[in-house]
Amino acid sequence: MSMQLEQSPTTGDEVISNYTINFGPQHPAAHGVLRMVMELDGEIIERIDPHIGLLHRGTEKLIEHKTYLQALPYFDRLDYCSPLGMEYSYVLAIEKLLNLEVPLRAQYLRVLFAELTRICNHMLNLGSHVMDVGAMTPNLWLFEIREDCLNFFERASGARMHMAWFRPGGVHQDVPLKLLADIGDWLDTRLPRLFEDAMSLVVDNRIFKQRNVDIAHVSKEDAVAWGFSGPMIRGAGIPWDLRKSQPYDVYDRMDFEIPVGTRSDCYDRFMVRVEEVRQSAKIMKQCLAEMPEGPVSSTDRKVVPPGRGEMKQSMEALIHHFKLYTEGFHVPAGEVYVATESPKGEFGVYLVSDGSNKPYRCKIRPTAFSHLQAMDMMCKGHMLPDATAILGAIDVVFGECDR
Amino acid sequence: MAVVHSAPKIASNQGVADVLGSALGKSLVSAKEEHGEIVLTVARDSIEDALRLLRDEHAYQQLVEIAGVDYPERAERFEVVYMLLSLTRNHRIMVKVNAAENTPVPTVTTLWPVAGWLEREVFDMYGVIFAGNPDLRRILTDYGFEGHPFRKDFPLTGYQELRYSEEEKRVVYEPVKLAQDFRSFDFMSPWEGADYVLPGDEKAAQNPATPPVAERKTTDSTKQTGGGAKANDEAAKGTAANPPAMVEKKGDSA
Repeated sequence: MSMQLEQSPTTGDEVISNYTINFGPQHPAAHGVLRMVMELDGEIIERIDPHIGLLHRGTEKLIEHKTYLQALPYFDRLDYCSPLGMEYSYVLAIEKLLNLEVPLRAQYLRVLFAELTRICNHMLNLGSHVMDVGAMTPNLWLFEIREDCLNFFERASGARMHMAWFRPGGVHQDVPLKLLADIGDWLDTRLPRLFEDAMSLVVDNRIFKQRNVDIAHVSKEDAVAWGFSGPMIRGAGIPWDLRKSQPYDVYDRMDFEIPVGTRSDCYDRFMVRVEEVRQSAKIMKQCLAEMPEGPVSSTDRKVVPPGRGEMKQSMEALIHHFKLYTEGFHVPAGEVYVATESPKGEFGVYLVSDGSNKPYRCKIRPTAFSHLQAMDMMCKGHMLPDATAILGAIDVVFGECDR
Repeated sequence: MAVVHSAPKIASNQGVADVLGSALGKSLVSAKEEHGEIVLTVARDSIEDALRLLRDEHAYQQLVEIAGVDYPERAERFEVVYMLLSLTRNHRIMVKVNAAENTPVPTVTTLWPVAGWLEREVFDMYGVIFAGNPDLRRILTDYGFEGHPFRKDFPLTGYQELRYSEEEKRVVYEPVKLAQDFRSFDFMSPWEGADYVLPGDEKAAQNPATPPVAERKTTDSTKQTGGGAKANDEAAKGTAANPPAMVEKKGDSA
């Protein structure tokens, strides 16, 4: 943090000019490469100007130069804390343009792993939020759960973080039965024990409450006007969850509750996420109990390539395999906006197709963009150290914000 | 067409386009519903009033996103798409305006504070000017960046690259140098709408095929096969698969 004094105050002067300090671009509490130019009056924040875009990689432009399938792995690299949550919106957007039916087992698998992603994401966010306001231990404990999640992802897809496992039409491969059994055991034993242990250190902790309660109060009207979504809008007391109100895949079969905040401060946002972890576990148990047998991706061979074994045996399958991995599939012309409830909020994809095998335009609606824009509004009048708590409660990841 | 996909289900679109279309009145340019999405195109100058009407009287409380799209072949090449969400009606619509490089779009920061950054992003990426936005700076690109990278005529590789210079002990900007040519793969099938000539096909253009004969030759009866009288007699006898009766019949009808 570099600091410059615009005008040196002298003793006896009554007027002390404002400081301007530079928070970031490299700062442990910035959750990535965020630069915030802060104008301070003493230790009180007068104005914040967040400078984003330091991680801008032009993902949307790159996607315009790739086929629909080749563009999929870019989504893992947006919000690298919840990769499957990012893929979800994209595959649903393609399926909506194609009007493609997804087998039931694939829908259950996607919901199961989307919720595992939510737990995985919240472990990182809750832990780092706690660490931002001064506690070390819960973060380490929560990382143990996150490690379990990543191992499950690896067993399902072969990759711990960048899975590229959701595909238009379903998922890439079926999961072994043992993996589902292990996830079930983990949900019953390890997750509640580790998670509730860690939370017991935090939720009633006096210091944690002092740092978070009544920090960055946002009214319901403001939350709507500033385009809040996810835990940020639920923290403000608005029961809005796309999984419930605009259900996709088999979310309409799931029985779960939506936690909402009452005071709309950083503590409420934290507690909304804590409860979401428990609800995600509940959804996952239902998925495991109800998941039927069957194919895990659409059998429409003009979109979903055949399996490797079939490809080696059948001429027809070989042709489809070759065509789909070179030319790719063509998507009917049109435009859709599909948004899902990613762990951080509404993650949307505006997909414009011109009928060819590449997207004409793929606009990604990040969650952090609108939340970060409200930093100035939320921080005004708070102390400098509160900025880290506010930032932690936003749950910002710059891969997604900057794209 | 029956909906079989499992994308998010919103409240029914039934009649919404008509209601909103008539509410917007003459500021509406066109309305369509495709793929389950309602898209309203409105006149550029009336976008602020149109969105205010949709927000205040039709309960589209949230501006979720503003997207720019570039269609270089159009006279007004840019589209600015506003995604609106109604929390109370559980419905989404898209509102569009067209714009060119020199035709400012009225800002909607007066309606939603969130529009500030969203408009900055469209300005940064496409160069669409938003009249009245109090803070229309670049947002995602580098400090001092020139050009608008998401335009279709902006190369994917860009014009500038930067590296850390050990001699100067700082990051230096240089014109982009590609170790190999930029490879733009064309995966379009040559049989389905490719707009280039396949290797070898240019010879066909140089030496056009010989014109078809003026009078087409047909072989209507067995007598015309040209095999000579002996062959005709053999044909008349027929084979097991083609008995003589049928041969005669065919010949007669011809």
